[in-house]
Amino acid sequence: MTAGIADHWYPVAMCSGISSPRDTRLLGQEITIGREGEQFWVRDVHGKTLPAIARYGHLWTSPGQPNRDLFSIPEAEAPGRRLVDCGAVRVKCSPLRAVENFLDIAHFPFVHTDILGAEPYTEVSRYEVQIREEVDEVWATKVKFFQPQAARSAAGGITTEYMYRVAAPTSAVLYKTCPPRPGEWDIITLFVQPLTEELCDVWPWMALYDDTSPLAELVSFQQMIFMQDRSILESQIPRKLPLDPGMEAPTQADLTSVAYRRWLKRIGFTYGAQVVAA
Amino acid sequence: MILYDYVLSASCYKVRLMAALLDIPITLKAVNFHPEKQHKSPEMLRLNAAGTLPVLVDGDVILVQSADMLRHLVTPKNAGWLGDNPAQTEKWLDFASRLNASLGMARLHDVLMFDADIDQVRCDGVAQLRQLEEWLTEQRFDGMTFLTGAAPTIADIACFPNAALAEDGGVSLDPYPSIRLWMRAIRSLPGFIEMPGIHRLHELSPAPARPE
Repeated sequence: MTAGIADHWYPVAMCSGISSPRDTRLLGQEITIGREGEQFWVRDVHGKTLPAIARYGHLWTSPGQPNRDLFSIPEAEAPGRRLVDCGAVRVKCSPLRAVENFLDIAHFPFVHTDILGAEPYTEVSRYEVQIREEVDEVWATKVKFFQPQAARSAAGGITTEYMYRVAAPTSAVLYKTCPPRPGEWDIITLFVQPLTEELCDVWPWMALYDDTSPLAELVSFQQMIFMQDRSILESQIPRKLPLDPGMEAPTQADLTSVAYRRWLKRIGFTYGAQVVAA
Repeated sequence: MILYDYVLSASCYKVRLMAALLDIPITLKAVNFHPEKQHKSPEMLRLNAAGTLPVLVDGDVILVQSADMLRHLVTPKNAGWLGDNPAQTEKWLDFASRLNASLGMARLHDVLMFDADIDQVRCDGVAQLRQLEEWLTEQRFDGMTFLTGAAPTIADIACFPNAALAEDGGVSLDPYPSIRLWMRAIRSLPGFIEMPGIHRLHELSPAPARPE
């Protein structure tokens, strides 16, 4: 594994789910996680202590030497938001494919029918994508899509505005129109723990303005959406995400995916990726 | 009627589906089965000491077995859903609970990381799918689409979810054409509703109109 891969931050557990020490995997290696009081710890297979950060409901670690702090989501810290732990869903797919699927809008009417999209409203209008050099992140902005039920709190169809942010190679943040509070963004994240190159635990997490929906319904909504994606993710071929053009023909709607793959290639992130020799 | 429900549960879906097919309104109460294990909370244990989902509450009646819930939903008006041959219906309801212990457990293992002897439960699941395939093929030779006859019964609804979700637990449905046709017949029923992992039949909808 190259340093470019080991030096990133990865989610490895939901903080509220850690009581006694337990084993998990990260990038194909066994690790052990646990807590003493409020302090969380992570050790590798040799007993070496790895860095640990508890943030956004999850425990983060890195098997290498991260050269920067874990990304921040300042909006998630604003008072009044409900922070929703959704638990993990295990998916037999490349961690990069899980992130890429999260960044895609075009599948909404077909996979999340009558919830996040509906025929005949299938067009993805033009949006903007940038690789922001100063923060080394991928951003898609001005994404608009018609949604029959955009969130648990939405009553009836609305045109939802989205921003997508790839904050780390296996972590993405979605900013989305907040039905009860126009002008604010709901935050939905996808934190992906790469167990191997073709197996991952996906930890969705949310920071929402929604004072009325019962917690169990918020979690159900998110799990329903993600499980609709799971069978699609498990059947995608090739199993690893191709970083070089040629295997697939992207369209206008795939701009975010194209930028994500280009960025992964640029930073040398090849774990779960298919790199075809030129 | 209140159904204590978990959106990813195959057993809860049986009840939601049956109610939808019979056009019976039920109130869903989401239970945070994963990750909170809310079905083991004191409130839920008071309703169902076994700590399982679903739980159906209809006035003073509290049901905790999905097969009982399916029977409960069928009224004299819809009695055809119980089947002409009670022994046959019972046999397949029992088969459904074995599917839940095999394919259902494989799915919980693969998706939500439950502890299971995964090779064993998959092996049991494959043996049951072969049995189901053989039976449904025989039925088709006799001109019957469903498990106990030409029309669907609660036995079909009980067996359908865990069979349809087999691939979630790492068991392929590719070798079973009769099961796939049977699933298609269930998905074509008026009032059918989907669950995550079981999609509706898009191709049966009218071609979408052009947007205004």
